[in-house]
Amino acid sequence: MFTAATAAIVVTMALALLRAFLGPTLYDRILAVNMFGTKTVLMIAVLGFLMGRPEFLDIALVYALINFIGTIAMLKYFKYGDLGIGPPSNVGDGK
Amino acid sequence: MSVVIDIVSWLFLLAGGFFVLAGGIGVVRLPDVYTRSHAAGMTDTLGAGFILIGLMFQGGLTLITVKLILILVFISFTSPTSTHALIHTVHASGIRPILADAEDETSKT
Repeated sequence: MFTAATAAIVVTMALALLRAFLGPTLYDRILAVNMFGTKTVLMIAVLGFLMGRPEFLDIALVYALINFIGTIAMLKYFKYGDLGIGPPSNVGDGK
Repeated sequence: MSVVIDIVSWLFLLAGGFFVLAGGIGVVRLPDVYTRSHAAGMTDTLGAGFILIGLMFQGGLTLITVKLILILVFISFTSPTSTHALIHTVHASGIRPILADAEDETSKT
């Protein structure tokens, strides 16, 4: 039964990669990569049980945090053009 | 008793696999980035939630379950946050939902 869940997660990761390659805009790619990272967390957790070594969960925990920080950093860079503190005062948010 | 726990765990894993797969198909087939974010967010909450709860039944009352609960808490905090940040950035960059222009045209006429 772990195998079925693993197969579903692998197929979904392939579909997310397909969207990351196809994606017409930049944000489609960011969305797909973020989804791919979350599925990687699930994949590591399920694979740990499938192989009988649930100690892999520490890696999944760290990966969840790094994935979130990476997504937020990418979005901040593409919105403000800078990873420094706060938005620059001469750039609005498009309104 | 362990058979009952196994069956409940399998049901949760199957439900999680279904939602993850449905979200993956949705990310490929839905028309624009707003609707795709709905599909991706569904895999993060329902799919990840069901799969992690199913694994908790297999883990039992051990440290493994505590780590699974931590992963679930982190995912359920970070997934809506990153989806909201993404959609806020998309909206600020001027991309409109595909049906918004159609509604504007019908309201003009």
